[in-house]
Amino acid sequence: MKISCIAASLLLSLAATGALAADPEVNLTLKDHRFDLTEIKVPAGQRVKITLRNLDSTPEEFHSDSLNREKVVTAGGTATFFIGPLKPGKYPFMGEFNAKTAQGVVIAE
Amino acid sequence: MLNSAVIVFRECLEAALIIGIIAAATRGLPGRARWIVGSVMAGVAGSVLVALGADEIANLAEGYGRELFNAGVVMIAAAMLAWHCIWMARHGRELAASARQVGQAVASGSAAFSALGTVIALAVLREGSETVLFLYGLLAGGEQSAFQVALGGLAGLAGGALAGYILYAGAVRLPMKAFFAVTNGLIALLAAQMASQGARFLSQADLLPTLAAPLWDLSAWLPDGSVIGRTLNALAGYRAMPSGIEVVFYATMLAAVVIAMELVRRLPSPSAPSPA
Repeated sequence: MKISCIAASLLLSLAATGALAADPEVNLTLKDHRFDLTEIKVPAGQRVKITLRNLDSTPEEFHSDSLNREKVVTAGGTATFFIGPLKPGKYPFMGEFNAKTAQGVVIAE
Repeated sequence: MLNSAVIVFRECLEAALIIGIIAAATRGLPGRARWIVGSVMAGVAGSVLVALGADEIANLAEGYGRELFNAGVVMIAAAMLAWHCIWMARHGRELAASARQVGQAVASGSAAFSALGTVIALAVLREGSETVLFLYGLLAGGEQSAFQVALGGLAGLAGGALAGYILYAGAVRLPMKAFFAVTNGLIALLAAQMASQGARFLSQADLLPTLAAPLWDLSAWLPDGSVIGRTLNALAGYRAMPSGIEVVFYATMLAAVVIAMELVRRLPSPSAPSPA
């Protein structure tokens, strides 16, 4: 952890440049192994902050090959992460642990 | 049950292929089986601890604890893999020349090999903690019996282990000279892949910019979800739609390892005249 903390603080200074403008935010909720939003429209070319609340009693992993994102959200927990800036297009995502029901798509335009 | 087998297989595949490569690369090393098994068990024990502490880890660093943790794990693994490659560039020829009596050469480089044990433990730790969470979720969800979950999990694990074994068995059948080039090449690619994964975790937490998302899109040709895509991803870090920062880290790490290996090769031999 110590090493990653040092690395992180080094990298923080690199990343600080883009942190000034407010990023669009999306609130996403998972209940009964389904996302409340199955289509998320976001502006292309802008970084977007996703806040995912898991109301289920089991953990889930937000997973998207096209968004290059993987984020575990614990039972009853909340997870925050960033996507993009994206080129215009459709980016499917899923809850990997319940891929049959937990499906959605980010549309950047 | 099939669902759990598929997910467990997917999560173990990467760790299994890493173990396969490392088991091949350390062929002939005395006591190798013991420390490979020991590293796997350490990784499994760590996975359970990390899964138990999932909430605490997730809440560290303002909610980005998991990204920092994962990035730390893969960056340490990348550094150790890179170090091993460079060490092998220096000593691989001696090893190849005296493959039957590697004892002495290996003793001098035992640190370089034990670094690989750490890589195994870290690979199992990272993939394993997600598998534990998933299986726990299945059990807690109550739709499947413990027996079904265990059966599915074991089937997935067996599939992953088989893939790792096939890679191992293929590598050890290569002639000695090609063998060192192939295993070292695979380890260099693993190092690059780990570095790019680290960049991905940090950009997910907004600690690094993505630069371009995606930089290119090959998903129509070779999607990440296909069998070949998954295998290439586990072996060489293939992604159909990588972000710019992943590509930068991948290319930088690969170039650094290749250049360092070339420089080290040109150094005069420290011991007896090298058997050019």
